[in-house]
Amino acid sequence: MSNTALAEKTSDPSHRETVESAVVRFAGDSGDGMQLTGGQFTLATAFAGNDLSTFPDFPAEIRAPAGTTFGVSSFQINFGSRVIKTAGDAFDMLIAMNPAALKVELHGLKQGGVIIADTGSFGERDLRKAGYDSNPLEDGSLDGYHLVALDISKLTMEAVKDTGLSKQEALRCKNMWTLGFVYWMYGRDRKPTADWLIAKFGKRPDVAAANVAAMDAGHTVAETMELPDGVHGFHVDAADIAPGTYRTVTGAEALAWGLAAGTHLADIKMVFASYPITPASQLLHSLSKMIDHNVVTFQAEDEIAAACAAIGASFGGSLGVTSSSGPGIALKTEAIGLAISTELPLIIVNSQRAGPSTGMPTKTEQSDLYQAVLGRNADSPLCVLAARAPADCFDVAIEAVRIAIKYMTPVFILTDGYIGNAAEPWNIPDINDYAKIPVNFRTDPEGFHPFLRDDDTLARVWAVPGTPGLEHRIGGIERDYDSGNISYDPDNHQKMTDTRFAKIEGIAKDIPAQGIEDGNTSGKLAVVGWGSTYGPISRAVANLRTQGLDVSHIHIRHLWPFPENLGGLLKEFEQVLVPEMNHGQLVNVLRAEYLVPAEGLNKVSGQPFKITEIEDAIRARLES
Amino acid sequence: MNVVTPPEKLTPKDFATDQEVRWCPGCGDYAILKGVQKTLADIGARPENTVFVSGIGCAARFPYYVKTYGFHTIHGRAPAFATGLKLANPDLDIWVVSGDGDALSIGGNHLFHLLRRNVDLQFLLFNNEIYGLTKGQYSPTSRQGTRSPSTPWGSLDNPASATVFAIGAGARFIARGIDSNQKHLPGVLARAHAHKGTSFVEIFQNCKVYNDGVFENFTGRDVASDRQIYVEHGKPLIFGKDGEKGLRLNTQTLSLEAVVIGDNGVSEADILVHDETNKMIATLLADMEPPAMPVALGVLYCAPGQSYDEEVTDLIRSHTPAEKPDFNKLLRAGRTWTVD
Ligand SMILES: Cc1ncc(C[n+]2csc(CCOP(=O)(O)OP(=O)(O)O)c2C)c(N)n1
Ligand code: SF4
Ligand SMILES: [Mg+2]
Repeated sequence: MSNTALAEKTSDPSHRETVESAVVRFAGDSGDGMQLTGGQFTLATAFAGNDLSTFPDFPAEIRAPAGTTFGVSSFQINFGSRVIKTAGDAFDMLIAMNPAALKVELHGLKQGGVIIADTGSFGERDLRKAGYDSNPLEDGSLDGYHLVALDISKLTMEAVKDTGLSKQEALRCKNMWTLGFVYWMYGRDRKPTADWLIAKFGKRPDVAAANVAAMDAGHTVAETMELPDGVHGFHVDAADIAPGTYRTVTGAEALAWGLAAGTHLADIKMVFASYPITPASQLLHSLSKMIDHNVVTFQAEDEIAAACAAIGASFGGSLGVTSSSGPGIALKTEAIGLAISTELPLIIVNSQRAGPSTGMPTKTEQSDLYQAVLGRNADSPLCVLAARAPADCFDVAIEAVRIAIKYMTPVFILTDGYIGNAAEPWNIPDINDYAKIPVNFRTDPEGFHPFLRDDDTLARVWAVPGTPGLEHRIGGIERDYDSGNISYDPDNHQKMTDTRFAKIEGIAKDIPAQGIEDGNTSGKLAVVGWGSTYGPISRAVANLRTQGLDVSHIHIRHLWPFPENLGGLLKEFEQVLVPEMNHGQLVNVLRAEYLVPAEGLNKVSGQPFKITEIEDAIRARLES
Repeated sequence: MNVVTPPEKLTPKDFATDQEVRWCPGCGDYAILKGVQKTLADIGARPENTVFVSGIGCAARFPYYVKTYGFHTIHGRAPAFATGLKLANPDLDIWVVSGDGDALSIGGNHLFHLLRRNVDLQFLLFNNEIYGLTKGQYSPTSRQGTRSPSTPWGSLDNPASATVFAIGAGARFIARGIDSNQKHLPGVLARAHAHKGTSFVEIFQNCKVYNDGVFENFTGRDVASDRQIYVEHGKPLIFGKDGEKGLRLNTQTLSLEAVVIGDNGVSEADILVHDETNKMIATLLADMEPPAMPVALGVLYCAPGQSYDEEVTDLIRSHTPAEKPDFNKLLRAGRTWTVD
């Protein structure tokens, strides 16, 4: 710990530095409980009335060897009194529970940022494991930052020594000690976390008490110790937030609730069939608990079975939903073709991750857009939607249910590892404010055949086994337009193929026109995004617009079919820039569809875009 | 007229569709279709409640010819589709029709899981020991040395026994029949239908075009009585033209022996009595192959247990509150806060 002159010390918020927003990153070993710590900090921050966005970043290994750089688990939160759109670029404060965490995360810390490090974990062996030749806490290499080096391990042991826990158990309270410390730094209330600890360790009151004691001790130390020069407490005003009842929600949770809300609005059963895969499994877990809400989950033997079971369920009059990540979606491909050809409702959720093949399972990417829009044998159109942020998953899921049922079609929902795990506050909607989703099961045998279509939507009838007089046989073999019977007739195949396309294209008339998120409806540059690039694009565009740059932000939810006005809208701009976490996919679809000179801005590092990366790209186009 | 009331008693013909049946002339599938339609009439099946589900293959065309609900899925995946359908509506009466390639090659994984889950449906495996639809390549049940377009010098790999596989997978009902034996097949199918859980039925089906006569070694007129044994629960395992042969359990080697009653002091009392609830006996019967042993036909194994769909239904029931739960409450469960 650097021995510089000590600052005036006070816990009075009026002596804290008020900041508009702050980015904090908790980093430690996989076993250090950083995700949990971050989750609690998130809740306390939400209770403090700030807007926020989080980004959990953890290794694929469940228990990577302790102390290694690849075992580092991190949790980042951006919070403030203004609207928060991303988990933040560079962070203001880094909590490094061991040398590996420091090594991995230091590059993301702002110059002059605060490092809180546990010296108790910076022994020679720990340093060596992380690849340090000398102790960075002592060798001057951190001079450009504000270092708060504390023996958190020892302080925690002292704080909990009266609780009778074993040394190992006591040390596990380190994260709560640290959390208490950071709580003081940002003036957060400890009570919700104390309540949570008591509830969580209900069966082990000694463990609960120790964790609370550790948190309190960390808080007290921060309050009373003489912090190094330049380090002090902060104050973040409450954000101007719309009235309502709020909760924090991850993308996976919002998606689960949204799907269940959709089938609730349609008043039918959901059969959710899935095979575990990171980062999609969370959805299976969440929905498995909703058995009392007419949701049946089925953990199938593989993704093919999951897709087929979901299609079987839809044939049976439930809504079949299946979910996976890229590799599993690849396996579902043939079955999706079956749902297209038999024209049954089906929802396929893809929680995208870095690929190809196994790729980087816990890292995010948006590289399955082609797969969703185009990735099947033959001419096989379907509908594709993308969620842009955790809470947005709720509405996107309801929209997917609506389209799937109304048009008797598979609908893809694209989300990604970032959205799935990230959390944000959510103004919980009232389900009664949503329109019901009409379901019209055919019951009348008069004039029935299984490929009768609605004149308007071209959707075929939904005739469910169990209905007298509607017995029929269908399958993947081409069906006659006028009877639904097997047909190899050339003209009929042309007509059926055209009809399948017309049906999907018709959805464009039934979705909102493409709007502008920010900026004018014409001008020098449109930045067009989809999915989880929403946060960084919107912040970058907003920042540059305040600086007078002529740039607009367009964000597409309906990726296939596109809103009817999209092509015209894009043509109003001299340049179109498409940032994507892939090697260029939407950009090419837009070029192919509309012959616009769209350019890509592509990033495939497994990490979300930084705001500055997008700002730089915009500037390069407008200031040259 | 809006409501179709099915006639009191349907006949096999009532289960025939207007679609032209497109199997090769002489194909064993015709006989099975007839047997199934007769069974449906016999058991009083309700067309609106019955669904035939299939994968891909000649056998898998079956649903188009049965006047109930039907779904022709994709190659090998009918068990998965049927499981989802059953979860959507557990009251449906589902029959899955599959071929040896469909069930044991591409769909082997799904069949395994269907059987271990014990989903309540009938699974009919039309075993012709060949890939019919793709023009005669050898299949996983083809005997070693089978010459086919893809094995011009004879197949090398060991064949699988469908019934032994089913036992290993945890099937609780296993039966066998022959396409041409119309006297026997409907009875077996009716038993399969009566059983709750997955009823696995292997039907030896002659592919007239690509594997004609492959079962002649036990179905041929001259050999049938000596190489077939129709097993019946509680009855001694006897066969032969005059019932003079039987199966005896060798307790030393834990295997079955084909013996002649009267020879070498063998008496009727030495003949093993079939107990269809006994998995060991079922395993021994399923494993028998001609010419040394007769092929076991009929219900080899029947040991009912809870079906997966039943368990799911029970679980749902035990979690369903008396009043429809408030969706808004679900969204507000856990930590929330209010901004005024
Ligand atoms: C995914 C896929 N792979 C391959 C095929 C080609 N194919 C159709 S049927 C079949 C084999 C069918 O054999 P079997 O199940 O024994 O049925 P059979 O025709 O003998 O009744 C094959 C390989 C296909 N339709 N789909
Ligand atoms: S190829 Fe064989 S199995 Fe297929 S229809 Fe012809 S005879 Fe029957
Ligand atoms: Mg076959």
